[in-house]
Parts: sequence; C-alpha cells; structure tokens
Amino acid sequence: MNGIHDVRVPAGPQAAALFDLWTVMLVACAVVFVAIIVVLAVSVWRAPRASEQTVPDTAAHPRKETALRRFVGCAIAVSSVLLFVLLLASFIADRAIATLPLDDAVHIDLIGHQFWWEARYDPNDPARAFATANELHVPVGRPVLMSLRADDVIHSFWVPSLAGKKDLIPGRESTIAFRADLPGIYRGQCAEFCGYQHAHMALVVVADPPADYERWLAVQRQPAREPSTAQEQRGRDLVEHATCAMCHTISGTAAKGRRAPDLTHLGSRSSLAAGTLENTAASRVHWIADPQYYKPGVDMPPLAAAPTDLVAISAYLGSLQ
Amino acid sequence: MTAASGSFPSTPGSRERARGQTQSKPGARRRLRDGAGAGSPAAAELERTWTDKSGVTGFLTANGHKTIGLRFIVTALCFFGAAGVMGGLMRHQLATANSHLVGPDFYNQLFTMHGTTMMFLFAVPVMQGFALYMVPLMIGTRNTAFPRMTACAYWLYVVGGLLLFGAFLSNTGPDAGWFAYVPLAGPEHGIGKRVDVWNMLVTYSEAMGLMVAVDITTTILKLRAPGMTLRHMPLFVWASLVTSVMIIFAMPMVMLAANLVQFDRMLGTHFFNPAEGGDPLLWQHLFWFFGHPEVYFIFIPALGFISAVIPTFARRPMFGHDAIVLSLIATGFLSFGLWVHHMFATNVPELGKSFFTAMSFMIAIPTALQIFCWIATIASGRLVMKTPLLFVLGFFFILLIGGLTGIMLGSVPLDLQVHDTYFVVAHLHYVLIGGAVFPLFAAIYYWFPKITGRLLSDRLGKWQFWLFFLGVNLTFFPLHILGLEGMPRRIYTYAPETGWGFLSFLSATGQVINDVSMLLFAFNVARSLVKGERAPADPWGGGTLEWSASSPPPACNFFVLPVVSSREPLWMPSRDVTHVSGLSAEIREGLTTTVIDALPDTRYAYPAPAIWPFVAALAVTFWLVWSIWSVSGFAWGLIPPAIAFIAWYWPNKKESIEEVSWETEP
Repeated sequence: MNGIHDVRVPAGPQAAALFDLWTVMLVACAVVFVAIIVVLAVSVWRAPRASEQTVPDTAAHPRKETALRRFVGCAIAVSSVLLFVLLLASFIADRAIATLPLDDAVHIDLIGHQFWWEARYDPNDPARAFATANELHVPVGRPVLMSLRADDVIHSFWVPSLAGKKDLIPGRESTIAFRADLPGIYRGQCAEFCGYQHAHMALVVVADPPADYERWLAVQRQPAREPSTAQEQRGRDLVEHATCAMCHTISGTAAKGRRAPDLTHLGSRSSLAAGTLENTAASRVHWIADPQYYKPGVDMPPLAAAPTDLVAISAYLGSLQ
Repeated sequence: MTAASGSFPSTPGSRERARGQTQSKPGARRRLRDGAGAGSPAAAELERTWTDKSGVTGFLTANGHKTIGLRFIVTALCFFGAAGVMGGLMRHQLATANSHLVGPDFYNQLFTMHGTTMMFLFAVPVMQGFALYMVPLMIGTRNTAFPRMTACAYWLYVVGGLLLFGAFLSNTGPDAGWFAYVPLAGPEHGIGKRVDVWNMLVTYSEAMGLMVAVDITTTILKLRAPGMTLRHMPLFVWASLVTSVMIIFAMPMVMLAANLVQFDRMLGTHFFNPAEGGDPLLWQHLFWFFGHPEVYFIFIPALGFISAVIPTFARRPMFGHDAIVLSLIATGFLSFGLWVHHMFATNVPELGKSFFTAMSFMIAIPTALQIFCWIATIASGRLVMKTPLLFVLGFFFILLIGGLTGIMLGSVPLDLQVHDTYFVVAHLHYVLIGGAVFPLFAAIYYWFPKITGRLLSDRLGKWQFWLFFLGVNLTFFPLHILGLEGMPRRIYTYAPETGWGFLSFLSATGQVINDVSMLLFAFNVARSLVKGERAPADPWGGGTLEWSASSPPPACNFFVLPVVSSREPLWMPSRDVTHVSGLSAEIREGLTTTVIDALPDTRYAYPAPAIWPFVAALAVTFWLVWSIWSVSGFAWGLIPPAIAFIAWYWPNKKESIEEVSWETEP
C-alpha cells in the first residue's frame, strides 16, 4: 500500500530527466528571485525618506534617467536570455522523455473507473491476457507502453517517481510510456478530479526483477485457486450466489461480472478499494460489510450477511493468491 | 483648446454669463451652466442634479458611478470573506490525515464554491468596482458612459451571487470544480441541479462582467478630460482599458461554453458526449480560452494599482511610463495564447505544446519589464513608507515567487509532474494573492480616504500587512513541497502513511494568521468609519485627477471639468487652459472627447436614474432560475426580460426635448 510517491525520488529515466530539469529550473529561479529581491531591498534601503508633503520631483534628470534606462534594459536583456536558456532546457528534457526506446515493451491497457484502475495485460493476445486492478507489476529495465482509456469521467494516471502524468479521457485513447530502473514499490494517485472519491483512487506500480515479474505473470494467468478448507468453500459459494458475482469476476468460478475490479488474485494485492484499506482479513470483512463507511459514494453496496459468512468470504478472497 | 471648443467656453466669468443671458428667451427660466467653483449657485445646482434620490426608490434607482462602484467593492469584499472561510475550512479538514471534519460531498462543494466565488464573485467584480469608482475621477468626468447598464450589471451580480449561495446553503452547491470539466459536469455524471446552478451563475457573472467592461471601455475612450491624450492617461486607466477589452473578447467564450453544457444537460444535445461524436476536450479548450485571460483580468488591474501607488509614494512620476503601457497591452495580447498550458496532460500534439510553452515563457517578459520599471522608480525616488507602499513591496516578494513557479509550470515536462498537485495550488495562490490581493489592499489603503473621507490607521495597517505577509507565506509555501511529494489537488482526505500531515498542518496554521489579519482589517475599517482621522482632498500628495476632488468627492465629481496637459495634472498643472465649462447644471450632461487626442467632441446627456435596470435584472433572474428547473422556462421565461428591456429603452419625449433644448448653436 505504501510506496515511493515523490517527484524528487526518480526511479526511471523519464522521472530522472524531469528531476534534472526541475533542479535546473529551481536553481535558475532561485538566483533570479534573490537577485531581484536584493536589488529591490537595496533600492528601498538607499532611497531617501520623504513625507506626503514632499514636493514631487517632476524635473528631468537626463543623466539619472539614462542610468535607470540602462539598468532596466540590461535587466530585461538578461531575463530574456535566461528565459530562452530555460526554454531550451525544457525542450531538451521533453525530447529525452519522448524518445524512450520501446522495443520489447510490456503492453498494458489501463482503464480509469470511478474510483479504481482496471489493468489488462497482453490485451492483444487472448491466450495470455488477464485483468487485475489497482496494483500493477512491471519488470525492471523493460519499457512499459500503456494505453489509457476512461470509462466514465476524466482521470489522470500519475506515478511521480516513474513519469509525468497523462489524462484518461472518455472517447480518446492516449498512451504513456515509462521504464522503472530500480526495483521498488511506486505509488500513484488519480490526479484529475473525478468526483466523490477522487481522494481514494490510488494505485501502486511494483517494479520486480525480471524473474520475479515472470513468476508473477504466470500466477496471474492462472484461474482462481480452488478453496482448500470448508470455510473457504463456504466463502466461494457466498460470492457466487450473493450480489458479489453481479459485478466482480473471479476467473474459474461463476462470478463473471464486469463492472468492478477483477478479484481472481485479490489475495496477492496489498490494498483494497484502490488504496483505501490495507488488504487484511479484518479489513476485508469491514469493507464488505460497509463499503460506504470507508469510501462514501463508491458503487459497491453493503453486503447484509451474518458475521460468520463475512469472515468466510474474507477467508476465501484472502486465499486467492 | 479654446479654439477647438466653440460651444464649450473655456473660461468662466463674463463671457459665460453673457452667453447665458443672450440665450434665455423671454419668460424662460434662467438656465444654470457649470463653470463656477464650489459654493456657487451653479455648483449647488450641479450637486443637486447629480445626487441620486434617497430612500428605497433612490437606493434601487441609483446610477452614479461612485455608488455602483462602491457597491461592487463592498459586495465583492463580502464574497471574499465568505470564500475565505471556505478556504479555511478546507485547510482545517486537511490539517490532519483521515480527518472527519467534512465529508467528500461537502468538501467537493466547498472547493468548487471557493474557486467560483473567488474568481467570479470577488476578484473580477472588485477590480471592476475600483475601475468604476476611480476611472471617471481619474479622467475628469462626472459619470461612466452607460450608468444604467452598469446599475443593471450590479443587480445581476448580486442576484447571481445570492442564487449561488442560496443553492449552497440548501445543499445544491455546485460540486464539479470551478472549471466544471465534462463529463463530470455533464448530464450523466453531474446529477441533480448543482451544475445547472453553476452554469447559471457563470452566465450571470459573465453578463455582469461584459456590461461593466463595455461601460468602462467607452468611458475611457470617449469621456476623458480635454487634453488627456492617450499618452497622458494614468496607468491605472490604461490597465482598466486593457482589462475591459480583454473581457469583451474572452467572456462570451465561457458564456457560450456554459450554455452548451446546459443544452447537453437539459435538451439532450451531445456537444461533449464522445459516444455521439462530441468531445469532452472541447469544453477544456473553450473554458481555458476564457480561463487563462481570466487570471489576467485580475492581475492587470492590480498592476494598475501598483502603478498608481508607486509614483505617489516615491514622490516622482513613473519611470518608463510608455514601456509600462506597452507591457500592459502586450500582456493582454499574449494572455490569449496560453490556454493550452492548463491542458498539457491531455493528448495535445508535441509541436503544439512547444508553442504554448514558448508563449508561457514569453509572457514573463512584459511583467518583468514592469517590475524593473517599478524598481527603477523606487530606487530614484524619495519614499513615503506608509501602508500602501508596504503592500506594494510585499507584492514584489510574493508575486515574484508565483511568477517564477509559473515559468516552471509553463514548461511541458515539468508541468506534467506537478500539474493538478498542490504545487499548482501554491503557485496560483502566490500569483493571485501576491498579484491581486496585495495590490488590492494597497489600493484600499490608498483610496479609502478618497472614498470615505477618512484615513485608515497606518499603525493597524502595518500590523495587518506583516500578519498577512507571514500568514500567506506560511499557508502556501509548504504546498509547493506537498506537490512535489505527490499530493494531488481536490482530495478531501489522505492516509497518514503519505506523510503529508505535517506540512498540511503548518499550512492550516498560516490560515489562522491570515484570518487574524483580515479581522484586523475589518476592525481598522470599522474604527476609521466611526472615528478615523478626516482626510483632506489629497492626503498622499498624489498627482492624478481624483485627488483634486474633495474627499469624499461631490456627487458631480468636479464642479468644473478639468483640462489636462500632463500625466500628473496636480503635479504639473496646465499653464494656459485649466478647465472647460458650459455644460448644464440642471440635467446630467457630459462632454465627450475624441479617442486619441481627447479634443472636445460632443455633449452627452446621461440617462437619469430609473428603476428599469433593477426590474430588468429581476426579470433576467426569473428567466434564468426558471430555466434551471424547466426546459420550457428557457423559452417562456424570456418574456419578462423582453418587457423590462423594452420599457427601459422606451423613448422619453419630455427628456429628449429637455436635452435638445440645452444644445447651443456653434
């Protein structure tokens, strides 16, 4: 659930280029700020004091005016040159970001929903395709090419330690490419106001070493694990026959709803409800019993079930590694 | 000047009296014309003519520019207070992680209301209010060009604001943000009447803004004192002119856009529905094509305040007057070429983004030029260290930070990192508070004695300044860092693990200091109104024309209309011709001058006060409110405004005859 979420801690080439540009800008702007404030302070310090009754100085002072004109001229020339240099720095950074090599890229479709993220891996290969939600795994050192779509309103995909943001706009498909060079957990959060629960629409990108990533992929492509205890069996029966199955998919079971996050491997994810709660047995019970308490306005209705049944559902979902 | 104004005798005295006598026909009453100074019968008559009636009718029919301007300023400051309270609530909600002070529904309404109120109901109206009050005084005329229209604009503004707050208090406050992006504000996702209320408020406030802008533009171009050529025009008047022309270009865009959303919501059109060939991005283009210049509607008048205060408190004319005028105009033009920098995260083509980056960098140049000219003026002047100048110095510090972070945001790649984060919140508050609110306080302290006849306490003013300066920096500086730490805007809560708690708490502390500063200001105003020191006509030794009128100015502003031959007429009085006379003292009459050279042109009879602007505003309200709840109201509701406007413009034969009778043969 917790991950690095900071512009100043880059973990990929793009975020690094952005951080370099940020540093350049920060230094340049700080110098300009200090210079202007110092000139202003010295001017105020040195100017003689007067009162409202002081006769205004309307006479022409050609020599003084020339000096002032020179000061303003020089200052504006320096500012213009500096702006031009910063403009070039900006273009160069932009170019570096846009030219990430995409050979061997991992393809992911990312679809924004109110208020969660749906990810489809290998969308063009039905034999290998699978869906997950709110938690992406990517291989370290390989580029990721993401297609972005929105299902309802505009959302924005942003993982600050990996790359800048890109909007997900209904009716328009866009793409974003990035690469993680360091293994780690990188947090992101929807950055375009999308309604009631804009605050609870987080996701994590887990950058795994290639071998771990392949292992994760292999597991994700499997259908859901069969229940191994009577309690888990009871949990699966409840999921299949209660309202859960109307919206959620658990592949290999009768739950085939398409409106809500895919739960096939929920047990392997770190959080519930797009980063709202940590994924523990207890929090799953609380969440299923009353989602509106934790995330008011979310589409999920509360499930009226006996406490033992809730615990059974939680146990089953937790077993879906 | 005298030669050019055959029908406007330029010297009072015998010649004028002779003319008056030759014209009076036997049996006709003696007709009073202006020309004599304060205390004369003509001056008394002028004062009677220009004073709006008292009582309720007088209140509703008033159309003097000072009355309307002051109403705009006071009402806008009330909205400023209300929106400030909302901002404070938000900061306190975010002061701790997982706070339950307010829920998501109320929080979304709060930030929408805060932005909408600050932008539409405070910032633009308060700037226009100052322009309405000050421009006629600064250019030496007795009223704005279309006083009835401006009176109507005020009523529309009040009613629109009350409608918005009424909706908010009845839990129908808009909740899709002050930018109201579709599809969130569209028919499918913006359920209920909340967004409809927002669309109507936009229509009201933009209609208001447009009407006032037309009035100010016309006033500045046609009613300047003879001799006040464009090169002699005060910088605040220039700023008001540039702003008004910009408003005329930009405001119709957002009215159109808000109405298109309303069509989608009410009539089932598909302008923004991608499933039927519409496009949500169209809204963003239309909105920001208005929305970016909107920032400059607020910023450019504030630059005018700065340019009005600095020469007075540096005891010298502005250095680089022409350069500042050109900068204002350049800023006005460039501000229309920046709107896409609010949309870098959408799929804009790379080349287009580069263009908008370059434009965003370029607009820094005219502002920088003005800053350097101001510094040059300060450096070469003798300073009167009073509260207005203090606010100007604070402006430099805060605006500079906001401007520099603005350059960072103009850069596409950096913007993609910090767009829609608290970094932007910090930037925009630095720009708008530094660039507009600090100059606004400078202007209030500067012109308060002119408007009320009493001085504000300088000691309290300095306290207020230092508290506000500290509070603003404490509230908003930490937000830059929160943005870099990845905190998005418009979230109602966050988890403790994010680590955003400490800086958010610090920010809430700063907000408390701001509140204290604002209370101190309110106390200073109240204290001054009761027992403030009486102000002479020119308490600061200013050089522009408004300081030649008494404090507060008489209803007619000037008993004799001045003639101007320099930029600071009070510092460098005209040597030969000092004023024009011969306008009626019995009906409200004005003198129009030519656009560029301000040569006397024609005489202009002002409309008398009337109830129609108020009635028309109510009729328009009836239409707009009905159209929120019913499609047929959109059509049938137009009937009352039509009746009101026809009645408003119905020719009045008696008035016309009276006006024509004042004409003199050349």
